[in-house]
Amino acid sequence: MADAAVHTHDDHAKKSFFTRWFMSTNHKDIGILYLFTAATLGFVSVVFTVYMRMELMNPGVQYFCAEGARFIADASRECTPNGHFWNVIITGHGILMMFFVVIPALFGGFGNYFMPLMIGAPDMAFPRMNNLSYWMYVAGSSLAVISLLTPGGDGQLGSGVGWVLYAPLSVREGGMSMDFAIFAVHLSGASSILGAINMITTFLNMRAPGMTLHKTPLFPWSIFVTAFLILLSLPVLAGAITMLLTDRNFGTTFFDPNGGGDPILYQHLLWFFGHPEVYMIIVPGFGIISHVISTFSKKPIFGYLPMVYAMVAIGALGFVVWAHHMYTVGMSLTQQSYFMLATMVIAVPTGIKIFSWIATMWGGSIELKTPMLFAFGFLFLFTVGGVTGIVLSQAPIDRIYHDTYYVVAHFHYVMSLGAVFCIFAGIYYWIGKMSGRQYPEWAGKLHFFTFFIGANLTFFPQHFLGRQGMPRRYIDYPVEFAYWNHLSSIGAFISFASFVFFIGIVFYTLKFGKRVTENSYWGEYADSLEWTVSSPPPEHTFETLPTPDMWDKAHH
Amino acid sequence: MAHVKNHDYHILNPSIWPFMGAFGGATMLGGTVLFMHDKGPWLALIGLAIVLFTMYSWWSDVVAEAEAGDHTPVVMIGLRYGMLMFIASEVMFFVAWFWNFFKNALYPLSDNYPAVDGVWPPAGIETFDPWHLPIINTLILLCSGAAATWAHHAIQHDDRKSFVQGLALAIALGAMFTVFQAFEYSEAAFGFSGNIYGGTFFMATGFHGFHVIIGTIFLTVCLIRALKGQMDSKHHLGFEAAAWYWHFVDVVWLFLFAAVYIWGG
Repeated sequence: MADAAVHTHDDHAKKSFFTRWFMSTNHKDIGILYLFTAATLGFVSVVFTVYMRMELMNPGVQYFCAEGARFIADASRECTPNGHFWNVIITGHGILMMFFVVIPALFGGFGNYFMPLMIGAPDMAFPRMNNLSYWMYVAGSSLAVISLLTPGGDGQLGSGVGWVLYAPLSVREGGMSMDFAIFAVHLSGASSILGAINMITTFLNMRAPGMTLHKTPLFPWSIFVTAFLILLSLPVLAGAITMLLTDRNFGTTFFDPNGGGDPILYQHLLWFFGHPEVYMIIVPGFGIISHVISTFSKKPIFGYLPMVYAMVAIGALGFVVWAHHMYTVGMSLTQQSYFMLATMVIAVPTGIKIFSWIATMWGGSIELKTPMLFAFGFLFLFTVGGVTGIVLSQAPIDRIYHDTYYVVAHFHYVMSLGAVFCIFAGIYYWIGKMSGRQYPEWAGKLHFFTFFIGANLTFFPQHFLGRQGMPRRYIDYPVEFAYWNHLSSIGAFISFASFVFFIGIVFYTLKFGKRVTENSYWGEYADSLEWTVSSPPPEHTFETLPTPDMWDKAHH
Repeated sequence: MAHVKNHDYHILNPSIWPFMGAFGGATMLGGTVLFMHDKGPWLALIGLAIVLFTMYSWWSDVVAEAEAGDHTPVVMIGLRYGMLMFIASEVMFFVAWFWNFFKNALYPLSDNYPAVDGVWPPAGIETFDPWHLPIINTLILLCSGAAATWAHHAIQHDDRKSFVQGLALAIALGAMFTVFQAFEYSEAAFGFSGNIYGGTFFMATGFHGFHVIIGTIFLTVCLIRALKGQMDSKHHLGFEAAAWYWHFVDVVWLFLFAAVYIWGG
């Protein structure tokens, strides 16, 4: 180790900028690239939401005008609602967040950087293919952005069909925008599949000597489970959108009843991917939260093995519940009953995780540093989102809630609040390790509280809107829905301000943050292998493989 | 590498191929969109050329690394895992096409929809007789798989002559399958577009055919490497991967033959 630490920085310095960042075969550098790219696209996607919340703040259409998009409301000028533009922005927000922000940040970013470090592997199993995953993700993102700017439906730019790309809407959307979106998803899917192959192989083949599967830390386990979800579900989506593509361009009728096809088939194929997708988003977060809670409770994680197998169970069950997204398409009662029951079963392993986190904190000496605050926030918000999930899993109740703001509130609680809080927890937990500089604690805490308040203010009122019957995806609403929409928009602005503040924190930390001197700056309960290397780690870590005493701690 | 590593894993030098491959891929797909909207095939072809060049160069590097001894036993295990996972993802890709097939074959749209009329194959569709060319093609592909296995046993015993013979036979039969399949397509009594049967049939068997072509190329690369004297009883991972892939293609065909040609015909 010491020997590795000596030549590191020279090695980085010897490489040109282009060689280091464009031709990389280094899992840490590629992880950093993933994080920055995901953050950039995340910013774009968040700006979309702020613009949408501006529009929804008051009844009537003030900004999305056919006469030209506005940034300042002006009642004196005429404004014809531009529904297509609205739909494009909604679709863009969904596609970016689902495919190009959260998974690349958690799986690509933290997964790449920390999974090999935590299992004591010198790099990924296929370091060059790792870089192909990253650049195909960039290529896919580029096509997604091009899709927003090329001729689409309604004689305007972009596609407004929703991120699920449901047929027949997506088949009939005019122009080439939709085709760019389909290929964007193809590319990002291929990127994820290659990444998954890489992660699985690394996890199975490159753990440190003595690190059996049942001794491997929870974050690598979470990445392993996620990788299987990606590997087995994304190819099905690739098939489905290929059918879309040929329906659009080559006259096949997979989703067109006029030629014998069936649009419901698209929904099945999409959700067979789409439900595992939501676990791809959250499971790596589970891994991060486990380490954060253990570190700041100064206790080893409670119930390690059940924690592992709960993730495996969540992953497996994720494949057999997809049709709960489509209770209203006319399935038989038997089918609905099955999907209802199977969905509720997922609450069991999820409950195991929540209670094990609480039990880890129980009797611990809890230190409320920023990552721990985000972990607390995650626990509360993910539980709220989980409980509304149980409500929605009921087919009869879903009849009422389907496509209302209740659903929007539910999935933003698990994703925007669950997964995104995990990302922030991970960044505050590891930024010192990755950059060698520590963030200012007060700033992290301020970010947490503004974001927690902002996000809750945004999404909690949406439950009420859903219960009042306000449908999703609309540009305008009757005045009866105005009150909660107004509050929700204020929440969105607070969240956005906290996000901008966060970007400031990151750049401040990278430039002026206090230098980290200790390898394990969070104390002795941050005891996985990434805490045995310097901060930032040398270019090549573990050139001599770690020995069990470095990670198999006696206090366990 | 500048410094000493004390482990058997493969640490790679920086490489331009991933960046170039992704760039080529985006160019190819972007060009395909333009092509589909009648803007000419040129950008797609340029992208394709970049992708093919990248594949050739990248895999040449891999072969060179193998020859240089970078593929230690533990790295070879990793490569095997990688290939298995890749095949697993391919299986799931075919699941989508079989899902579409079984959905339509088991639950065809009712007689409210004249294009189907509640039956499978849909009303007015004349399907292939599985016991003519399709059964012959099945036997050809199975024989090709057997030849690949023969080659596999030969290389395990360092019998290079039989290895080359078995491999050449497997490739020849694979190519023959492709030719027969093309002939079959030209004889089809139903079109690709406009009805669910044509789309289902051609996309499922077409993607299989595409995989046969890839597998044939994969085996051909192994043959060329064998003729250069590159494989022996201990190091023939490239061939092993090709053989696994070839058997996977075989199995997909058996499912297609049983389900689409016989049962759904």
